[in-house]
Amino acid sequence: MTATAPLVVAHDLAKTFDVSAPWLNRVLERKPRALLRAVDGVSFEIEAGRTLALVGESGCGKSTVARLLVGLYAPTRGGMTFDGQDAHAAFRSSEGRQLRKRIQMIFQDPYASLNPRWTVERIIEEPLREHALLSGREALRARVGELLQSVGLSPQDMAKYPHQFSGGQRQRICIARALATAPEFLVCDEPTSALDVSVQAQVLNIMKDLQRERGLTYLFISHNLAVVRHVSDHVGVMYLGRLVELADKPSLFARPRHPYTRMLLDAIPQMHAVGRARTPVQGEVPNPLNPPGGCAFHPRCPHANARCSAERPALQSIGGVRVACHAVQEGRL
Amino acid sequence: MSLLQVKNLVVEFPNRRGTLRALDDISFEIAPGEILGVVGESGAGKSLTGAAIIGLLEPPGRIAGGEILLQGQRIDNLRHEQMRHIRGRRIGAIFQDPLTSLNPLYTVGRQLTETIRTHLPVGEAEARRRAIDLLKDTGIPAAEARIDHYPHQFSGGMRQRVVIALALAAEPQLIVADEPTTALDVSIQAQIIQLLKRLCRERGAAVMLITHDMGVIAETCDRVAVMYAGRIAEVGPVRDVIHQPAHPYTAGLMASIPDMASERERLNQIDGAMPRLNAIPAGCAYNPRCPRAFERCTRERPELLRAEATQAACWLHATVQALP
Repeated sequence: MTATAPLVVAHDLAKTFDVSAPWLNRVLERKPRALLRAVDGVSFEIEAGRTLALVGESGCGKSTVARLLVGLYAPTRGGMTFDGQDAHAAFRSSEGRQLRKRIQMIFQDPYASLNPRWTVERIIEEPLREHALLSGREALRARVGELLQSVGLSPQDMAKYPHQFSGGQRQRICIARALATAPEFLVCDEPTSALDVSVQAQVLNIMKDLQRERGLTYLFISHNLAVVRHVSDHVGVMYLGRLVELADKPSLFARPRHPYTRMLLDAIPQMHAVGRARTPVQGEVPNPLNPPGGCAFHPRCPHANARCSAERPALQSIGGVRVACHAVQEGRL
Repeated sequence: MSLLQVKNLVVEFPNRRGTLRALDDISFEIAPGEILGVVGESGAGKSLTGAAIIGLLEPPGRIAGGEILLQGQRIDNLRHEQMRHIRGRRIGAIFQDPLTSLNPLYTVGRQLTETIRTHLPVGEAEARRRAIDLLKDTGIPAAEARIDHYPHQFSGGMRQRVVIALALAAEPQLIVADEPTTALDVSIQAQIIQLLKRLCRERGAAVMLITHDMGVIAETCDRVAVMYAGRIAEVGPVRDVIHQPAHPYTAGLMASIPDMASERERLNQIDGAMPRLNAIPAGCAYNPRCPRAFERCTRERPELLRAEATQAACWLHATVQALP
């Protein structure tokens, strides 16, 4: 993209899950092996200090990408380089600890990702202790207080338990915990979709402020295009495990190329379009266990032709953006 | 005459430490064929309002005051058995998760024909014919074959279509739809909302659409009620509530929604959170978070007052009210 080396590079990332029936059922009932290609060859770069957003509907593989990037899953194929280093090789070796300190994750559900029996102090100091970044009661406590302040909570809150906080406050505790190791790269998997809108605004504002102050790099996963438009620099649109479009934010929203991106943009209910009549695209996301041949979107696509159902389009650069669509590549669209 | 009138509705939850008032003095009306949106954040009481109307409050929750009238007839004090005849026949319900509204052990056809025959005087063959028509109307392909399938054989969006067919089966006058699209993907959401809107319009059914999504409200509803901490903060025509909100909470809520039209670096945020039911502030419940609160707001609780084009429970509009 630009001359500076990107901080995060994913190349041909793929993850396949074996979801076959148990061995006995396969033998007795002659069930075939079932493989779910959750992520099937995804490549992108993120420059330091920037935000790449991944959008898509349920089951498109965006959360699997997140888990691959933080090393919670090992890729079936492909890999990721972080700051020039092969991340998945590092995760397997003794350098993994060093790398995990630099890559942290924020999960969707702030109710499920905090230990209810621990105080906030213990929750936030755990990564500090684990990575032996600080020692001594007072130093740890001072650092936890600073972290809480950086997400708009009070140092006094460290004595409380997660249930004493609202959803938005809990998500801020999760952010404080993720920031404890002073990471460079944060993977945020739907960080605000469990929150009410007024609280979502608080969390998104804090995330933006932190990015500006600390130069953080984000991978931001969301199904909400309006939120994505607010936070991102680049946007990747995923459909059934593959990227169908990857573009900078202004191009994607001003001139979406892929028919699926257009459909998603058209599907957002808009607050300022009172009584707007839309033409919703028909059909639903196909079963990822048995995806359509050719372009996975062709059964729902108004521009599909014979080539689309036979041949899978590759992600190609067209006018500064990358699109995987025969119709766009042929100039039909 | 209004189809549904809710007058001064109070819902309480008695517990060991006293009584929690979850809905406090809610009043609104729905005209025949009208789509009323009810919007608010979690815990504002929007689902509870719907549950009280269809007579499905979870105990120990109970209606502690006020009236609910359907075509002038009180339905809040009916016995369980009588309410069952109204629910389904005159008021249909659609819930968030289509899987919990369908019985997994019966085919969708059996569930539809059972609903039709419970409420309407038709035979088995006629009921089945109507069930197939309903499935066709809700856009389910190959309805003749699909009618004998079980709920798990349908996708999420198709299941919600079945639930809509079920809610419409006995031709009710009012549909209470509680977050009908929240569990669905965005591309399916648009389909379901348009379907609901079209079917209700064709049949002349009114809808009470409960959602947290202001975009859905904007595109679907005629009027909207904004709820906050168990009360209605503002109610009025959708266009006016969105473009000239009269209540500071509505204004704050609108500004906090990231939208596709504006280029703002920061979203407007409402500091703090909605109070818990056991700690509702005196006066206006919104006053600790309100940028425009003044002395009266901490002392006296505002009722709905006439604002510009809407009604808002806010003392800022007390002077407007006083004018002749």
